[in-house]
Amino acid sequence: MSSDKPAALIIGAGIAGIQAALDIADAGYPVYLVEREPSVGGRMAQLDKTFPTLDCSSCILTPKMVDVGQHPNIRLMTYAEVVSVSGEKGAFRALVRKKPRYVDEEKCTGCGACAEACRMHGRIIDTFNQGLGMRASIYVPFPQAVPLIYTVDPEACLYLTRGKCGNTFKCKDACPADAIDFEQKEKLVELDVATVIVATGFDLVDPATKPEFGYGVYPNVLTGLEFERLSSASGPTAGKIVLDGKEPEDVVFIHCVGSRDPHGGIPYCSRICCMYTAKHAHLVRDRLPDARITVFYIDMRAFGKGYEEFYDRVKHEGVLYRRGEPSEVYRRGEKLVVRAEDTLLRRTVEVEADMVVLATAVVPRADEAQLAESLSLERSPEGFFREAHPKIRPVESSRAGFFLAGCCQGPKDIPDTVAQAKAAAASAMVVLAAANRA
Amino acid sequence: MQDIQQFANEIGLDLDLLACIQCGKCSGGCPVSITTALNIRFLVYESLLDALPELVHMEELWDCTCCFTCVERCPKDVRPAELIITLRNQLVESGKIPGTIGEALMGIFRQGNPLGLAREDRALWAEGLDVKPAREGCDTLLFTCCYSAYDVQSQPATKALVRILHAAGVDLGYLGTEETCCGNEVKRVGEKAMFDEMLVEEGKALLESVGARCIVTTSPHCYNTFKNEYGLEGIEVLHYTQVLARLLEEGQLKLSVPVEKTVTYHDPCFLGKQNKVFDEPRAVLRAIPGLNFVEMDRIRERSLCCEGGGGRMWFEGTNTEDRLAFQRVQEAVDTGAEVLAVACPFCLAMLADAAKVKGLEEQLKVMDISELVVQALGDGG
Repeated sequence: MSSDKPAALIIGAGIAGIQAALDIADAGYPVYLVEREPSVGGRMAQLDKTFPTLDCSSCILTPKMVDVGQHPNIRLMTYAEVVSVSGEKGAFRALVRKKPRYVDEEKCTGCGACAEACRMHGRIIDTFNQGLGMRASIYVPFPQAVPLIYTVDPEACLYLTRGKCGNTFKCKDACPADAIDFEQKEKLVELDVATVIVATGFDLVDPATKPEFGYGVYPNVLTGLEFERLSSASGPTAGKIVLDGKEPEDVVFIHCVGSRDPHGGIPYCSRICCMYTAKHAHLVRDRLPDARITVFYIDMRAFGKGYEEFYDRVKHEGVLYRRGEPSEVYRRGEKLVVRAEDTLLRRTVEVEADMVVLATAVVPRADEAQLAESLSLERSPEGFFREAHPKIRPVESSRAGFFLAGCCQGPKDIPDTVAQAKAAAASAMVVLAAANRA
Repeated sequence: MQDIQQFANEIGLDLDLLACIQCGKCSGGCPVSITTALNIRFLVYESLLDALPELVHMEELWDCTCCFTCVERCPKDVRPAELIITLRNQLVESGKIPGTIGEALMGIFRQGNPLGLAREDRALWAEGLDVKPAREGCDTLLFTCCYSAYDVQSQPATKALVRILHAAGVDLGYLGTEETCCGNEVKRVGEKAMFDEMLVEEGKALLESVGARCIVTTSPHCYNTFKNEYGLEGIEVLHYTQVLARLLEEGQLKLSVPVEKTVTYHDPCFLGKQNKVFDEPRAVLRAIPGLNFVEMDRIRERSLCCEGGGGRMWFEGTNTEDRLAFQRVQEAVDTGAEVLAVACPFCLAMLADAAKVKGLEEQLKVMDISELVVQALGDGG
């Protein structure tokens, strides 16, 4: 990485952070790309297909992940968190905490022998798969991970939680590269950077806040993100839409779970749910040609390029759109029942379902407030990072030299996220060029 | 629209018609939206457009049980059920209400109870139980629902509760014939003036005059209005299941005699959905030795209304063939339970009647929680 030029720090390596990093690095400036998870990729790595073109998410993301891993101007710092950033535009100093992986990054070849050998193999909830699958205490979140280096989960590892793992370390014994190192300690690294891009992404509404839908009560009530993992070829069912070994005959989708809801959720429209649900409905039709598919909606918002056309297509594929927000899910015999008023019929109906998918809303990261505090950034009333001006300074943050990209600023889809990331990169390069001249 | 909105605000309701996005979450969850003509979402829309039919022809306005599922679920805080209460108020003001509701209101006006039974008979249930008159001073004031006091079906539960509280050493007092209907349903059938000027004004003064630390109610309906609408100062309002749960937790109430029954529990809307008291009744049932507690599918926030609230104790409803209570007792039977436990005199009446009509009496006994607890007391009770 060239050291004679001012550098950028990018926090978060989802599609926004990745894209911004590649643009700045391609322009010849060094980039520190910091990601708290063991791999880059973010939410997009969890998705199956993308609307409205139905490109495979991994297929268009993975090459970019590989690029950031190999780019001479990018220093990837995964499993690391930014603690604080002091200084001012053009001359920031960032403190980064590198968490111990308990695996030597230089030695690990990513072969996976450790995970196979781990005593907890197949017994730890796989968060990347939204809990639909299990993994070991030592893991890579997904096969295409960048870097492809194993990480010991400190909350799941028997040795790290109890101080003992049988009479011998199964993982250590299995590792052909002698890469496992339980002596590793957390490291603090200081970085001098001229500018910062914040691209920390989003969380989803906790569906338990809407108890009427029975999420957590019925295993066949899923969130949209769980459906993505179920439908993904790299997911726990290898892309088969099956629950408990059975293909659903009746699938019901529910829009606006938690969104447009100042009463018990969030007041704003979360923007992406109409379209991701249309995509999910398409995917069900694609895999299960005979399934009866119903989407309950309040208002259909297909606002982007090619979106209304995609909605038209999905309807023509035999997906039934019914106007009305369901109010309740319960069980009747073997089936779930979704109770809703079909407001166009002006009649309350009970629609049977074998699988119910909740379009949960995009919300700020659970620790967004904490991050705002440590980075001295302001937030909008709904909790996302606030842009300097909603119209004419949409990627600048409240702190000079800090820029925003992706859903940490507000809900957006992939095209808008990439566009904002490229805008943030351009804005950051203005700062970098000025610092370079100085 | 302006008239209705303004009228609602004038009578102290938080109805907000302009917030509605017509999503249908209210009507989709309304327990009577499938069995009756009531469509609360459409009513909101008609009200906005000033396009309501003549109210007097809308008998379905009286089908609403005021379970407030719509209010709990409305994403925009429209508070749809308060539109019904507003429209009922307008009907009450012009005297156009169902006759049976009118009779109940008259009973409250004359005798302090909707059954129209003599005020001096209100405390007959308590004979031989040695309940201290509240005037002598007490820590806990027992407030009995009119049905708990007068209805022979409810009285065993009322007596049982007194035995339990005595066994736990609670310093219990009772207002006896001074007690008057709480008015929770009076407000909900639209008799705002009677609720405010007669029941709350006099009732509040009466309740506060006792000087008790807390009031324990037999009914979730009294509990709801005392807690949320009376503005009582310095008195804690508790439903009896909350008191029992607390006594059990603190060890003051000890249950030793096994009650070998399989029991399920029906959440009353005014206790569960509206006041979020879900855990205490279950904790009490689980504390009974030998009792096998099982749950139905529709519980807690998703519980099915018994159709006894909002004035429906005094109005049959427009669909007498297809009562929710019929569904509910079948759901209870399907769990394998022998007892359907309730914590509300209205639920008791509705569900016990449904079990009878459906011929399920042999299989399923509908009992108040206190009737089960008293069995576990044994000789101590």
